[in-house]
Amino acid sequence: MKVAFTLNDQKMDWCGLPATRLAAALRDDLGLTGTKVGCDAGDCGACTVRLDGRQVCACLVAMGQMAGRTVETVEGLAAKDGRLAALQESFLTYGAAQCGICTPGMLMAAHDLLSRQPRPERAAVEEALGGVLCRCTGYSKIVEAVLAVGASKPAVIPEAGGAVGARVPRVDGVAKITGRDLFGADVMPADTLWIRVVRSPHARARFTVGDLAPLRARLAAVLTADDIPFNGYGIYPDVKDQPVLAAGQVRYRGEAVLALVGERTAVLAVRDEDVPIAWAPEPPLLGIDAATVPQAPLVQADKPRNLLLDGGVRRGDPAGAFARCTAVAEGMFETSFVEHAYIEPEAGWARRVGDRIEIHATTQTPYMDRDEIANVMRLSPEAVRIVPTACGGGFGGKLDLSVQPLIAVAAWQLGCPVALVYTRPESMAASTKRHPARVRAKFGCDAEGRLLACDVTATFDTGAYASWGPTVANRVPVHAMGPYAMPNVRTWGEAFFTNGPPAGAFRGFGVPQAAIAHEAMMDELADRLGIDRLEFRHRNALRVGDTTATGQKLDHSAGLPQCLDALRPHWRKAHEEVSAFNAKDGPRRRGVGIGCMWYGIGNTSMSNPSRMRVGLSVDGVLTLYNGALDIGQGSNTIMTQIVADAVGLPAGQFALVSGDTDLTADAGKTSASRQTFVSGRAAEAAGRDLRRQILRLANAGADARLSLEGTVLTVRDGTETHSLDLAKVGPLMGEGTFDPPTTPLDADGQGIPYATYAFAAQMATVEVDIELGTVKVLHIVAAHDVGKAINPTLVEGQIEGGIAQGLGLALMEEYLPGRTENLHDYLIPTVGDVPEIECLLIEDREPLGPSGAKGVGEPGLVPTAPAILGAVHHATGVRAHRVPLLPHRLREAILAGKGRKA
Amino acid sequence: MGDYRQPDRLEEALEALIRPHAVLAGGTDFYPARVGRTVEEDILDISRIKGLRGISRNGAGWRLGATTTWSELLAADLPPLFDGLKQAAREVGGRQIQNAGTLAGNLCNASPAADGVPPLLALDAEVELASRTGVRRLALSKFIVGNRRTQLSPGELLVAIHVPKHATIARSSFLKLGARRYLVISIVMAAATLEIADDRVAAARVAVGACSAVAQRLPLLEVALVGAPFDSRLAERVEPVHLAPLAPIDDVRGSAAYRLDAAVTVLRRLLAEVAS
Ligand SMILES: Cc1cc2nc3c(=O)[nH]c(=O)nc-3n(C[C@H](O)[C@H](O)[C@H](O)COP(=O)(O)OP(=O)(O)OC[C@H]3O[C@@H](n4cnc5c(N)ncnc54)[C@H](O)[C@@H]3O)c2cc1C
Ligand code: FES
Ligand code: FES
Repeated sequence: MKVAFTLNDQKMDWCGLPATRLAAALRDDLGLTGTKVGCDAGDCGACTVRLDGRQVCACLVAMGQMAGRTVETVEGLAAKDGRLAALQESFLTYGAAQCGICTPGMLMAAHDLLSRQPRPERAAVEEALGGVLCRCTGYSKIVEAVLAVGASKPAVIPEAGGAVGARVPRVDGVAKITGRDLFGADVMPADTLWIRVVRSPHARARFTVGDLAPLRARLAAVLTADDIPFNGYGIYPDVKDQPVLAAGQVRYRGEAVLALVGERTAVLAVRDEDVPIAWAPEPPLLGIDAATVPQAPLVQADKPRNLLLDGGVRRGDPAGAFARCTAVAEGMFETSFVEHAYIEPEAGWARRVGDRIEIHATTQTPYMDRDEIANVMRLSPEAVRIVPTACGGGFGGKLDLSVQPLIAVAAWQLGCPVALVYTRPESMAASTKRHPARVRAKFGCDAEGRLLACDVTATFDTGAYASWGPTVANRVPVHAMGPYAMPNVRTWGEAFFTNGPPAGAFRGFGVPQAAIAHEAMMDELADRLGIDRLEFRHRNALRVGDTTATGQKLDHSAGLPQCLDALRPHWRKAHEEVSAFNAKDGPRRRGVGIGCMWYGIGNTSMSNPSRMRVGLSVDGVLTLYNGALDIGQGSNTIMTQIVADAVGLPAGQFALVSGDTDLTADAGKTSASRQTFVSGRAAEAAGRDLRRQILRLANAGADARLSLEGTVLTVRDGTETHSLDLAKVGPLMGEGTFDPPTTPLDADGQGIPYATYAFAAQMATVEVDIELGTVKVLHIVAAHDVGKAINPTLVEGQIEGGIAQGLGLALMEEYLPGRTENLHDYLIPTVGDVPEIECLLIEDREPLGPSGAKGVGEPGLVPTAPAILGAVHHATGVRAHRVPLLPHRLREAILAGKGRKA
Repeated sequence: MGDYRQPDRLEEALEALIRPHAVLAGGTDFYPARVGRTVEEDILDISRIKGLRGISRNGAGWRLGATTTWSELLAADLPPLFDGLKQAAREVGGRQIQNAGTLAGNLCNASPAADGVPPLLALDAEVELASRTGVRRLALSKFIVGNRRTQLSPGELLVAIHVPKHATIARSSFLKLGARRYLVISIVMAAATLEIADDRVAAARVAVGACSAVAQRLPLLEVALVGAPFDSRLAERVEPVHLAPLAPIDDVRGSAAYRLDAAVTVLRRLLAEVAS
């Protein structure tokens, strides 16, 4: 069918099948990949465009309906000469784009509003953006940016030496707000073949594959387990337990069984029913109890008791100390599988280049991908090149392999490019989840409210494969006593295999689950002794000079008391307001809650080095070769700011090469909140190295000022000025590495697991509808000790985004295989669910960090659920023992009389 | 790949339906049901048929064309009788969905959680079904017969929804309970239309959705409301026994017991609101 329509003021003729979705036509046929696809079902709004002047989801419009109509996409927002629209400028200045995958949809929805209502109120903005999900920002900066359009403040452009600490706009921001940034599904070559993965509909089954010859005759290839050179992968060098394609047996619903390779329409046209697989389902082990009963069948034959790993921390004499406690609190807390729900589903393509394989895909960890693919394909690591695309959100979920092994094996076999883009249900079914946890906690204190002892056992459902389960089981015992001085400690973490989805890394590695327990304990002990909940925490907060439960003395940068001091006025005011509100009768009750956390930055007791390079070419181009992947959190910008000040040249002069394993050095994974601290420190060292070389060439002193114009580098040292011609002295390359100093933990968990810790305290004000069991979070104040905020806008963005995810964890998110595999049954917060957030940045300098900085990627999320749940308790008397606290769970608890005021 | 028909006139559409076609209107239910696969059915796109669009008034009441979108309904100049339906329209998905989704699509898709159904039940709406052989009218309560099941016969299209006018003053309202603010499938929703004479309720129609396979009117509650003074004390008339027609299930959004419990609260608040 031929369709003529207007696209961004231009007449278009399109020809194709009329049922083609507008989103697909724009992206695949017209080359406008600014319009993103996150679900193809209307649920995420990433595909929002304007059609005849109204916002619609381009994934729900048939091309057959387009004749004579007018479409505006993100590509049409800027003026023809490239000048950004005021709305785009505002998004840039306010840091409204993080990963940027939702940004085109947000921009179009906002543009739709502003075209009708140039000066909208906050409520109107929320209404207009209600149909676009963002998983990164917590929406705060997006709403701020829309409200500020026209009146927006100018962007900060720092001078040489002034980058660190400045609110520099993202260096990759313009690409994100113009739709030009290229994500995993945006870059497929025209001649690529496509994969559709056939996945298990059963959580536990054996199967046999029948005659594939008829399918193979229709398609380019059908891959089975036999086609994978080494059919196992996994995070740890010695645990390669997850098959790329299942071999005769599946262990979770959604596990990959076959890969159909061929023309896109051909592979999509094959229905699962047409694939000859004979299933013999077996009763699945779902949940910790099923996996741990005596004689439980094994999920993996060589893992007795279904145990993945256990271990703990022991210090002092907890049993004896409990006997001396004035108050003891105990409780059990359970959490669910939680889905990362990045708006960009897993996507990428691969091609064979001679004897090498090249993979372009969305990822958080290029170097680990490289080594893992080399292992799966039985190639040397040098034969694998990973070229990361922009990453539309990761949160830990893109630390595991997804599309990479299948596209690599298929492209290698077939000798042509092969692509794979997960559908939303596929992404949700196949990918890792946050570990469901059952945390048993017992905490005790003396009559003055000083903590004496704790005993915590955290049991995790690690799903079918190990993934990052060991990391969770290791990290949690170190953190499970909370950020408090605690002389007598027993903590224990254990993870069991089940037939659930593999539980992996998700912002916080199990610590958010444990924090729900330790913070509930703090509330109960404080209440028991009649001490204010904030003051109780303040009394016990870890401080500089204290020794942690692993025996590590904190010599620097332990800012929890300062965080609590900063919260105190807000806390008092909120209490007054809440009391005044609750003095009125009615079904709505308000409460205030507080949550604290600490978080070890980087890997637990393991080396995790980063290497960074910065070059100055003979043409005068300054380039940061940055292997620290930006998944939205802003490391491209942070690294540029750090290296710029270390060299002493303006941040705006640095070009960036990011992530490509052929062009950058290994800067480790973007996880464990480590990039600013570890890679940032390496970037600082690289910058200083380059500066040293320059100063040496100019024979100048340490304080000399640099400037770069064309190929001339000018060095001003006091009254002397040297000019270096780079064409002659170049190229120069500075290099730096950093590996945070840690020591292994002994059998009692004693040692130095992390070089430094982030600290935070958040408070939440909520309103509970007693009759319906619904919770509305009204306000959050977040105080975070980040060492040094290299870029306050980005730091706030991390905190706000973490808070939105913490809110989801507390109140709405529960992944149930087969039942919530889409974004309308699996709910993540919308713009109307996240309250206004106030960030208070505490800078207790960490001497090891770049300019004193620590990490903030995960800490934003950890204290939120505890603060919200504490506030619900304050409002109703109901203590949540299971999250998410869905309306029916809270209402049932209120009715069961567990609440004071029911 | 199947056929794609896009007639301008209803007659052509009905002619096309000699063979089975998947009907496509706003696409907001059509496409989500087809994620990750090619569309192979023969499609009948009814979006170009002028006669199916828009809202008109006649002696007996109002005619809401099948392909009227939620946004068009919101923009239409309608009396307070329609306030409840408009409130529902504001709660359907986000703006994108309201701009594309149609009223008839919502009814024909027949989800137990379709937000359009309770307010239209409370408006005593009828659906007009056309086929090559003629036109028939059916009360909405007879049209939707189960979870995703309607009385639409092969060869039939829903062409319009008819809302009768009332001799007296009438007020209506809608209330939805979901687990998040926007883009949410209802856990419970309810709508009421009250006809008022002499400051008293002369007639009442109340319907609850998402608590049974098909949204249900609550006749016992309606009887209990008739004759009551038209003020916020109407809320006090709601009793759990009035919910007898409901048969909620446990699902990911809420337990059956919670739904019944919440329905009482939602109804009380709805009645307090409609009378305020
Ligand atoms: C993100 C999202 C959020 C949503 N939120 C809500 C919500 O909050 N509340 C709610 O109630 N719904 C919601 N929906 C569902 C949907 O938007 C509505 O049901 C909408 O009104 C359907 O209309 P449509 O024109 O898009 O239907 P289509 O998708 O075009 O068609 C729907 C079905 O009805 C049939 N059909 C359509 N018109 C006719 C006709 N005239 N005669 C015969 N058959 C016909 C079609 O064949 C199809 O089976 C949501 C959908 C999405 C994608
Ligand atoms: S891709 Fe269209 S709404 Fe998600
Ligand atoms: S910035 Fe919104 S989803 Fe990443």
